[in-house]
Amino acid sequence: MTFLDDFFWRAVIAGIGVALVAGPLGCFVVWRRMSYLGDTMAHSALLGVAVGLFLKVDLMIGVFAIALAVALLLFFFQRQKILSNDAVLGTLSHASLAMGVLLLSLMAWVRVDFMGYLFGDILAVSLNDLYWIYGGGILILLTLLMLWRPLLAITFDKELAQAEGIPVVGVQLLFMLLVAAVIALSMKIIGILLVTSLLIIPVSAARRFSNSPEQMAIGGALIGIFSILLGLWTSLNFDTPSGPSIVIAAVLFFFAAHILPFRQFKY
Amino acid sequence: MLTSVETTVDELGFEISSDTLIQSQNISLHIGGKELLSGISINISKAEIVTVIGPNGAGKTTLLRLLLGLIPASSGSIYRKPKLRIGYLPQRAVFNPVLPLSVSRIMNLTGNYSKSQIETSLEETGVLALRDKPVSQLSGGEYQRVMLARALLRNPDLLVLDEPVQGVDYMGESELYNLIGDLRKSHGCGVLMVSHNLHVVMASTDRVLCLNQHICCEGQPKDVTQHPEYLRLFGLDSGSALAIYSHQHDHKHHISGELSESDS
Repeated sequence: MTFLDDFFWRAVIAGIGVALVAGPLGCFVVWRRMSYLGDTMAHSALLGVAVGLFLKVDLMIGVFAIALAVALLLFFFQRQKILSNDAVLGTLSHASLAMGVLLLSLMAWVRVDFMGYLFGDILAVSLNDLYWIYGGGILILLTLLMLWRPLLAITFDKELAQAEGIPVVGVQLLFMLLVAAVIALSMKIIGILLVTSLLIIPVSAARRFSNSPEQMAIGGALIGIFSILLGLWTSLNFDTPSGPSIVIAAVLFFFAAHILPFRQFKY
Repeated sequence: MLTSVETTVDELGFEISSDTLIQSQNISLHIGGKELLSGISINISKAEIVTVIGPNGAGKTTLLRLLLGLIPASSGSIYRKPKLRIGYLPQRAVFNPVLPLSVSRIMNLTGNYSKSQIETSLEETGVLALRDKPVSQLSGGEYQRVMLARALLRNPDLLVLDEPVQGVDYMGESELYNLIGDLRKSHGCGVLMVSHNLHVVMASTDRVLCLNQHICCEGQPKDVTQHPEYLRLFGLDSGSALAIYSHQHDHKHHISGELSESDS
């Protein structure tokens, strides 16, 4: 395991782990038109970091808990049916971001690397982070595998899925939990402000070549891995922040997929 | 959710014929102090086509959802025949084209049916040729036929159809109603459907139920169209709806619109 002592290999392995989880999960974020929800949960991550530092627990736990709380709040407001989704999302997004910054500035005893949290620092991934990413990642993927068919049915037609006996609310809540978890796991690598891009951009690129939901999930994971590797290479060679480098790499794949004249796919 | 309204025959002491698939007794629904439905009693029997008509906001879809057990009623009770199998067609949801799903794939979203079962079902509704097509490329009529085939896979005792001709062109409408009538005969299933289209529907139903928060009138199409409540709701012109559309079809169209061999 000596190669794990090298920060470069830790970064590569962490990146691959996160991309493998982000692909399949990101598909549902895109299919269910939830990218703005993902953004809001991600923005709340700074508050999660503050809470984690305050309570002296692993930051991933803090981020996960706060992202989940935001998702539940949104769920509550959706049921009230008074405010539109985007008004609630905008409110929660900025409220949690502002609270995060406020709390961090009040905790004078901690010195926070804001840039690192906001834009990610894949080269600073520790061995402990790797355990989290792979342990949590496997758990997320197994849960998603279990939810795959019911989630597809709900995404196709919620009303029909409910009538055919699928526990719609439970499945949706469990899915929110998975999104919160993947945000917590990938925050360190890609940063709070950009974390949803890893969920959305690779799978959107893969859509061009996909004839089934599963192809899109696997394609998204692969394009995600390529984006991470290309971004990491850029970050290492040109000393650019890792998050933006990875996002730009993913965007390149996105445009290549949708603009280059590939054979037109059936679906 | 189901258990709150589901009751046994004995407990309530209602007389329920063995042909009854679903029966509601005086059900009402209030949400936030607003009465959405009140005092609805209906009965749907084996192999019977019942159509609910009514203006927008009359509570037609809400009534279906109550009967299906998707939402609980505020009061009243609903009897469902034990082990009742329902094939449901909700109003067409907005399909997100980012989701790559083929027709044969959506047939198996919640069930496990064999390839031959799926093909038989698609054949029955005349859309077997579409089995490998992406759902996002189906026309309105094609989509509804695929969804009908999907509902048939469950081998239903009762088909519940919410606006089955939604998004279907004018010519396709009567074809689709004919198909529903044929399926009723070949499968022996009851049909409960909702429509706000008065015309074609009048010729292809056994009983009409005119809904506007409560049941305004109900009966055979020819009686309902003469009913003062019906005329008040839909206007005096609507009385002729039946006359225009109750003619016999002497030819059939393929889904593409071409004439096909008549089988009569």
